[in-house]
Amino acid sequence: MAINWFKYSAPSSFYGLAGKMIPWFAWPAAVLFCMGMYIGFFVAPTDAVQSEAYRIIFVHVPASILSMFIYLVMAGYAALGLIFNTRLSSMMATALAPTGALFAVISLWTGALWGKPMWGAWWVWDARLTSELILLFLYLGFIALQSSIEDPRRADRAGALLAIVGSVNVPIIYFSVQWWNTLHQGSTVKLSGTSMHIAMQQAMFSMLAAMWLYAIAISLSRVRSIILERERNTHWVAELAEVKQ
Amino acid sequence: MNWSDFFAMKGYALYVWGSYGVVLLVLIVEISLVRHKRKITLQQLRLIRDAENLESI
Repeated sequence: MAINWFKYSAPSSFYGLAGKMIPWFAWPAAVLFCMGMYIGFFVAPTDAVQSEAYRIIFVHVPASILSMFIYLVMAGYAALGLIFNTRLSSMMATALAPTGALFAVISLWTGALWGKPMWGAWWVWDARLTSELILLFLYLGFIALQSSIEDPRRADRAGALLAIVGSVNVPIIYFSVQWWNTLHQGSTVKLSGTSMHIAMQQAMFSMLAAMWLYAIAISLSRVRSIILERERNTHWVAELAEVKQ
Repeated sequence: MNWSDFFAMKGYALYVWGSYGVVLLVLIVEISLVRHKRKITLQQLRLIRDAENLESI
């Protein structure tokens, strides 16, 4: 069966497709979230070194991974929009930014609440923490820059440049624990495997999958409003059932 | 295991619940903002349409 993928690069067809896809991501996200919470609090054992405080890992690590991953996806969409002048890619970049920024906030917040009992400080100017803070500022800069430019196509291009240049920061965050002598511990989960207890792994990966699916669902919902706003003068928007009523 | 021990988190209650509480808060706020944005966008589209219909009369 031949599927015309380019069909869905048109905002008018993607609007409907996104609407149909949202529940397929949102419900599994909710189920995995509950599963992750249950395993994380009732199945995973108490840590020998960090006692119960370690349970912050189940939100801290997935949120941090996603804050970096969403940035790369956002920069990728922004770059596509810049190179091929595709409107939908730029709208996706705009829709991803707030979610990425919120994951960066969660990462920093839970990190502070974990740092206090373990290191004795809410915040240290350590390479990992500082580069993650810069990531949050990049997201906020992207959002502020786009909203300060009235013409949406110019806003897309300016935002894309910022997003692409800023993506240099992502590998810096990732490798910061190896490149510098930091207070932040090294990666618990590596490509070569992990030393984590199996229930701890299950909790963390459920939460990672939950947040990932959540990010997709919420960005698709957000992009639908962005599509409507930008295409408001078109015939297909005027003909939509939700607009007509 | 009893519930008060569970909520005490062996003395780490502030840190653990402070983390999970903010995660839940962020999720709830983001979902409501996105829903609100959709409502407002649809309302604006209808207002623009009604204004244009008035002009053409």
